[in-house]
Amino acid sequence: MDQAQAAGSKRKFRLMPYLFVLPAFLFFFIFILIPVLNTLRYSFFDWTGFSDAVFVGLSNYRELAADQNFLAGILNNLKFIFFFTALPIAVALALTAALSRRRLWGRNIFRVSFFVSYVMPMVVVGVVWRWIYNPVFGPLNTALKSVGLQTLAKAWLGDFSLAFIAVGIIATWVQYGYCLTLFMAGVQRIDEALYDAAKVDGANAWHQLLHVTIPGIRAEISVALVTTFIAALRVFDLIFVTTRGGPGSETMVTSLWLYTNAFQINRVGYAAAIAVVQTFIILAISYFLLNRSKLQGGTA
Amino acid sequence: MNGSAKASPSPVYFRLLNAVSNVVIYVLLLAFLVFTVVPFVTIAMAGFKTPVELVGGAFTLPKQWLFTNYVNAWKQAHFDWYFRNSVIVALPVVVISTVLSIMSGYAFALMKFDLSKVLFAIFLLGIMAPQEAYIIPLYYLLVDMGLNDTYFAMILPQIAMSVCFGTFWMRGFFAALPGDLVDAARVDGCNPWQVLWSVLVPNAWAAVSTMCVLFFIWTWNDFMIALVNVSSDALRTLPLGLAFFQGRHTANVPLVSAGATIVALPNIVVYLLFQRQFTRGVTSGTLHGQ
Repeated sequence: MDQAQAAGSKRKFRLMPYLFVLPAFLFFFIFILIPVLNTLRYSFFDWTGFSDAVFVGLSNYRELAADQNFLAGILNNLKFIFFFTALPIAVALALTAALSRRRLWGRNIFRVSFFVSYVMPMVVVGVVWRWIYNPVFGPLNTALKSVGLQTLAKAWLGDFSLAFIAVGIIATWVQYGYCLTLFMAGVQRIDEALYDAAKVDGANAWHQLLHVTIPGIRAEISVALVTTFIAALRVFDLIFVTTRGGPGSETMVTSLWLYTNAFQINRVGYAAAIAVVQTFIILAISYFLLNRSKLQGGTA
Repeated sequence: MNGSAKASPSPVYFRLLNAVSNVVIYVLLLAFLVFTVVPFVTIAMAGFKTPVELVGGAFTLPKQWLFTNYVNAWKQAHFDWYFRNSVIVALPVVVISTVLSIMSGYAFALMKFDLSKVLFAIFLLGIMAPQEAYIIPLYYLLVDMGLNDTYFAMILPQIAMSVCFGTFWMRGFFAALPGDLVDAARVDGCNPWQVLWSVLVPNAWAAVSTMCVLFFIWTWNDFMIALVNVSSDALRTLPLGLAFFQGRHTANVPLVSAGATIVALPNIVVYLLFQRQFTRGVTSGTLHGQ
């Protein structure tokens, strides 16, 4: 084989690089690329998965435009951006400021603990929080009752007006440790002299955060933005385990509606149309955010 | 920190302010520590309780540390199977994906070939595309291949997802290596295959170990691929097993709590052992979210 490759490398066409790439590419080609293209194809058909597929053109897409579950799902995904992106980044920035600028006892204990939630399977997170929110035994209601706030003890995940926020808080709980880990790494790169200069100019902690820390970790912030945006637009496991989209469609999201259509009520073509729209939204937003961060001179 | 005292007009006032802000910061940090840790602690404790004892409150320590729930979850509820299945799926994914990613990353970084740019761009699509974009046809593909409801139905797609990221990751690493290393090895008469495995990979430990840890945790935590492609209880991985277990036993909170704790433990152990890899993986700007 060595000789063949050596001979091959003298000719114009070199086979060797392709042999190195081929195994990985085959896996990707068979199990991702072809299925992605098939999703697009399926979306133009009416298909139950076992019947004969009937070409229906754009009718699946037309139906989506009037589908209350789908629209509620898209809207919820967008609303989740607040809990997946805005809140975690704000919390992480505050904690970064708190952790990075002074010698604190137990600094590493804090750092290590805050990230634990992010390495957990979402299913565990969901089960843990169902326990926290458990109306009868859950720690949250126990705590509220013990301080005399019985009236505030609710069936958090079953309540029409609270379920969405309750699930959102779980998302924040998962994401802020990730953002913090990212930001803390960025802060280490910032030149100490910048902080000294800011202090000489009389900048307080808030001004230091605003004018030194945040510009210094702009690249990390844009990575956090893209990653958490995508997480908000894709959320599935968490909803599947905690609320299954309920009560009503209060916590319905596109991934769950896709799953329901494809694998529970056998509307495969329609589910594929959901997948196409969702993928398009995710790719468009990632592309926009990544390009924007490049224009601003970020390195991400 | 010392600088602020010197530059300030009134040292006593500022020192006081500093002390106060330290207290505020500690309260803030402790509040978030409680927010993160208490859910795990209380659910682990609930696993030791009896259903009756649970009514007594979530924060009390169990009167007796009953291991019954943990034993029942492990043996009767088959968490021992789920654990074994998770290992059976994760190990081949990590090993195969790592080898294939090293090979393709090397080719894209250090070999010149005609389709290099096009192929790499296509690989990037694999990183950006969410699972939802291919999960439906993937299911029917695996059915057609006769692999539906087997370990392969989880292993093969996971390898496919992993090598997209891995190719990108290893290419970045190899491209940043000093060219001398490669040239020196070539002069010694090594062919590309030998250069890769005996010169480059031993120098790539940080990148390779980080990648392995990421592959492992993504596969270990995966839910959707396993949910869609596997239906037998005997093949379920830990997350999947827990999700269905919870569905069957909503009323028995201590048993479910014990199950959740069992599923959480391996992740905590792996995280504590490989903290450096996790941090490096997250902070190098990996866009492959879960």
